[in-house]
Amino acid sequence: MPMIALEFHDLAKRYSRRQVFSALSGSVAEGRSLAITGPNGSGKSTLVRVLCGLARPTSGTVTVRLDGMELLPADCRAEIGLVAPDMALYHELTALENLSFFAKVRGLAIGTAELRALLGRVGLGDRGDDLVGLYSSGMRQRLKYAQALLHRPRLLFLDEPTAYLDEAGSAMVSEVIAEQRRHGILVLATNEPGEVVFGDEVLRLGA
Amino acid sequence: MTKYSAWAREAWAVFQKDLLSELRTKYALNAIVMFAIVTLSAVSFAVGQFAVGNDVRAAFLWIVLFFSAMSGLGRVFVKEEDASTVQVLRLAARSSAVYTGKLLFNMVLLFALAAVVVPLFVVLMALDVLDLVFFVGTLGLGIAGLAGAATIIAAIIAKASAKGELFAVLSFPILLPLLITAIGGTRKALDGVAAAGEFQVLLSYLVVMVTVSLMLFDFVWND
Repeated sequence: MPMIALEFHDLAKRYSRRQVFSALSGSVAEGRSLAITGPNGSGKSTLVRVLCGLARPTSGTVTVRLDGMELLPADCRAEIGLVAPDMALYHELTALENLSFFAKVRGLAIGTAELRALLGRVGLGDRGDDLVGLYSSGMRQRLKYAQALLHRPRLLFLDEPTAYLDEAGSAMVSEVIAEQRRHGILVLATNEPGEVVFGDEVLRLGA
Repeated sequence: MTKYSAWAREAWAVFQKDLLSELRTKYALNAIVMFAIVTLSAVSFAVGQFAVGNDVRAAFLWIVLFFSAMSGLGRVFVKEEDASTVQVLRLAARSSAVYTGKLLFNMVLLFALAAVVVPLFVVLMALDVLDLVFFVGTLGLGIAGLAGAATIIAAIIAKASAKGELFAVLSFPILLPLLITAIGGTRKALDGVAAAGEFQVLLSYLVVMVTVSLMLFDFVWND
């Protein structure tokens, strides 16, 4: 399997007059992880959005390489999974319908049995036919993990990974993190000291 | 699976998702149907008793369709922004498939509306359609063009704070050529005159609008 790498160079982000961060450079190789930490408002979530291509940096570049070859932004989609507190899934659809939709738009041929197995992995095995609008915050967070892992991304971005989760949910996240560190790249943004240790490298913002 | 069939399946998945969501929430349907019924009733009570010409009747029909469309079609992207589902959709689906799926959804919504509104309008306004083929053809092409323009404008205004106001303001100048042509074509069809020229203009408008939208959408969607 080709080796994946994430590189960012001289990144800066400014909203109007406020400089969120500047001059950030680094790289993460396959099998490694990066923990982004810092006080509230230091730009952790913004940096995650920039690194996964959802926001444009004011200056600087983000590059995803596969065996040294630079991937086009459109091709990066297939390699990226994201779990973030400010993203949501479709409340008017069931969990299975959500996953089935995302499988179809990603061009994946995944059957209902596999989707149910994925829901079982995140602890929602018996709630797949319920509307997401009826889920608790913790169950929605678990479903976000199922959506993010659906296409087995090589680059997994986790923003506040254990938000809303109970003890069992946190254990599930620890398993996901351990698995990702073995087979891809993990980038997590957190304030929890217990989660920062998952990063092989730590990037402190606003310090 | 070829590249194009994969793209078509993605676009179809977006359409199916939007249709299922709409059937469950009636997010746009209620607004469009209520607006259409109220406007249609107002027009028929105000004008129905007078002997107005086909040019006025054709104009009223397109006014009802235009403003009904404005009350609902913009929501196709606004609801993704409001519900915070836009991020995950941007990461999962290619932009052209999203545009095409949402264009299909808007077209189906508007054709469904027309299927209810137009027969009611014909009855309430006592229309005598002399050239049914051109009447249906002009309506079909006009509605498709209306949906085509409304979809890209909806994507543009979805990120603005004053979404509702901007949608109608931006749509009107872009849709004006279509509306003038569609009204002219509808009047001719009511009079029993072949509206071949209007047909060509409406078809050209649809092709140009969808082509330009597909080229521009990636910038709008990923900005």
